[in-house]
Amino acid sequence: MVLKVFFPSCCSSAESGILIGRWLSEQSSAVILAVVHFPFIPVQVKQYLSEVQRVTKVSVSVLGSWSNSKQEKEESLSEFLEDLGTIFSHEPWIQISKEGDSKFWSCSTLQKHSNNPKKEEIILVYYDQRKVMLSHLHPPLDTTTSSDPEAEDASKLSAIFDTVARSKILFMTDRYDDGPIKLTHWQSEGVEASIIVELMKQASVPACMLLAFLLSLISGVCRSRVLKFWPLSFLWSKLSTCEQLGHRLQHLQVISSNKKAQNQTQLVRKANIFVSLLIDVALGILLMSWIYRKNRIGHLADTLIPAADHVAEELQDLLQWLMGAPAGLKMNRALDQVLGRFFLYHIHLWISYIHLMSPFIEMILWYVGLSACLGLTVALCILSDIIALLTFHIYCFYVYGARLYCLKIYGLSSLWRLFRGKKWNVLRQRVDSCSYDLDQLFIGTLLFTILLFLLPTTALYYLVFTLLRLLVVVVQGLIHLLVDLIDSLPLYSIILRLCRSYRLAAGVKFRVLEQQDGKPLRLLMQINPLSYGSVVQTYRLPTYSCYPKDSWTSLCKKLFLGELIYPWKHKGEKQD
Amino acid sequence: MEERRYRSASGAPIALRRRQHSASCRELAVRCPRLQLRSLSATTSAVWLAAYGLFVLSENSMVLSAAIFITLIGLIIYLHFVKIDQESLLVIGSLGIQVTSCYASGKESTAFIEMGRVKDVVINEAIHMQKVIYYLCILLQDPGDPQGVSEVVPLFQSSKPRLDCLIEVYKSCQEILEQRKTAPQSS
Repeated sequence: MVLKVFFPSCCSSAESGILIGRWLSEQSSAVILAVVHFPFIPVQVKQYLSEVQRVTKVSVSVLGSWSNSKQEKEESLSEFLEDLGTIFSHEPWIQISKEGDSKFWSCSTLQKHSNNPKKEEIILVYYDQRKVMLSHLHPPLDTTTSSDPEAEDASKLSAIFDTVARSKILFMTDRYDDGPIKLTHWQSEGVEASIIVELMKQASVPACMLLAFLLSLISGVCRSRVLKFWPLSFLWSKLSTCEQLGHRLQHLQVISSNKKAQNQTQLVRKANIFVSLLIDVALGILLMSWIYRKNRIGHLADTLIPAADHVAEELQDLLQWLMGAPAGLKMNRALDQVLGRFFLYHIHLWISYIHLMSPFIEMILWYVGLSACLGLTVALCILSDIIALLTFHIYCFYVYGARLYCLKIYGLSSLWRLFRGKKWNVLRQRVDSCSYDLDQLFIGTLLFTILLFLLPTTALYYLVFTLLRLLVVVVQGLIHLLVDLIDSLPLYSIILRLCRSYRLAAGVKFRVLEQQDGKPLRLLMQINPLSYGSVVQTYRLPTYSCYPKDSWTSLCKKLFLGELIYPWKHKGEKQD
Repeated sequence: MEERRYRSASGAPIALRRRQHSASCRELAVRCPRLQLRSLSATTSAVWLAAYGLFVLSENSMVLSAAIFITLIGLIIYLHFVKIDQESLLVIGSLGIQVTSCYASGKESTAFIEMGRVKDVVINEAIHMQKVIYYLCILLQDPGDPQGVSEVVPLFQSSKPRLDCLIEVYKSCQEILEQRKTAPQSS
């Protein structure tokens, strides 16, 4: 098989020495991690390697020799390097030599125990060690299902990435250190570290502990019995603000937990939650500073009551229109008047309550607006709740209209069955024939005709109020969609993909470098970053709301039958 | 390295370039016809004439600036996301197959498939709009079923070469893929 040698590009200018790395025999590839320079004592090298192997669980061994001669080839050095092959027995023993500044290296293998000494082809693949070490490979979706160790063979690339990533301890010692082993690897070019990151890491521990303490206090208060009485708990479950606050509290608990993140996924998740919270609070504070400037709260409060009045007036006009001859249809006068007056009185009550509250509106708005500093999502949820509260009378009208219509439809269907001489068998859940008495049939037919002729009136009221309710639901739904988007967007991953795209790898790409006859094939392995769509899909944060479960046909069916619809169901709520 | 001219399925002239880097590494690149100046100017003139017509009707100068904006943004989107200049296939025996598409704006989108996942490279027939065309595709191995195919990756989708060009590419790929069947016995 073709022998593949993965050589780190940082070792291209290293001085002569021996190569250490990992040999993957099933793929016939050698992943070179570092170069050990002369002078060294073979026993110490073996000891060091076995210790590294014990810590990292990666089978690191001496793979071959590397000679970088500035002048012409030295014969004695090459013999010395061949003799090294006998000390560190490795099959096959790889010898790479570079002359002067030539780009084209000669690479050969020594096979001692091979049955056919055919010269096999060698491919030299250069890779950027630091980027491969920091990168996280995202396998294509069909291979994520099998996570057993045997599947590691199927993906050569993940084995290579794994090898480099787990050998971090090897990269700690350098050739400038005073030790028995002098290595060259990516750190030899200069150690990179950021002071800010280190300081933040040090400061994060006490900050997390403080945050955890505060959160335990808050959650203790929330869980207390006082808040669990029936009217209050019902109110909390209906207000979306409380759900959002609970969701954010959960996020804070995840961040401030003192358990270290187990693996890469959890760490990225924590980072995503942290950045999302930060941006949310920043936008919220921006919004708050904009609202509180120039007394906008006062203006808002001043326009709120007239707006509610205006809505009530429009509704009254609508009801007057329905009580007349709407769209030229002729309604049943008596029922029309009853329903119309009933709804008009309702609106009148509602307006009186709003006027009762009007002196306190500005103060309430001012204090409620302060909670926008908890985040933009909280502010949007408050807006959605205010809309729900202001249009509560539309919701009431919809429920009355729907219940009335539903009763009528059920009555009609049952009496229609009676009209045809059939009955609904509850036990068998089917329609059976039944013989009715004459007086039963008479009264049934009378009621059927009454209900049938009253149907247009009820249906019209139901239609009008359902449309109004759907409008409010659509507006609330859009606001919740926006809140969901802010909640679930993995901002840290997107910024990482923008700035350090090599950390999120979808795969690799190879570039063929200049070739020379007789020398091995030279390839450059670069990291192929993940696309933005896959980044969002992989690292999405889970949210608490789910989208409407009903399909369009079942929604239409419910509307036709007059069943109440709850389009935006939250997870954990019982289905009606 | 050699270059030969062929025709695509719709009749446009394309060029196939073959390079042999080593005994087990080959690169096959198909170059699509470039963006023509006359089609570009025709589209731009049509959009601007329509905008000018709207301007005469509505007396609103925003229409003209909107038309310029739309033309510029549309051109950038077309060059960066739609127009493919060159599609190439790099076959490295025992490593894998790399499929690259180069867009007119210089963007390159690459996908690398490891040799362990490749079952075979075949020429298939497909019904595309009102025609039946031949296309080259890579069959990916199903990890659970050794005889099964889990996915089909079509190649040269934008340039759509005809059968004669596809046969050349197919022969080159098969020469390298055959090596992996004979290789395990020799090591």
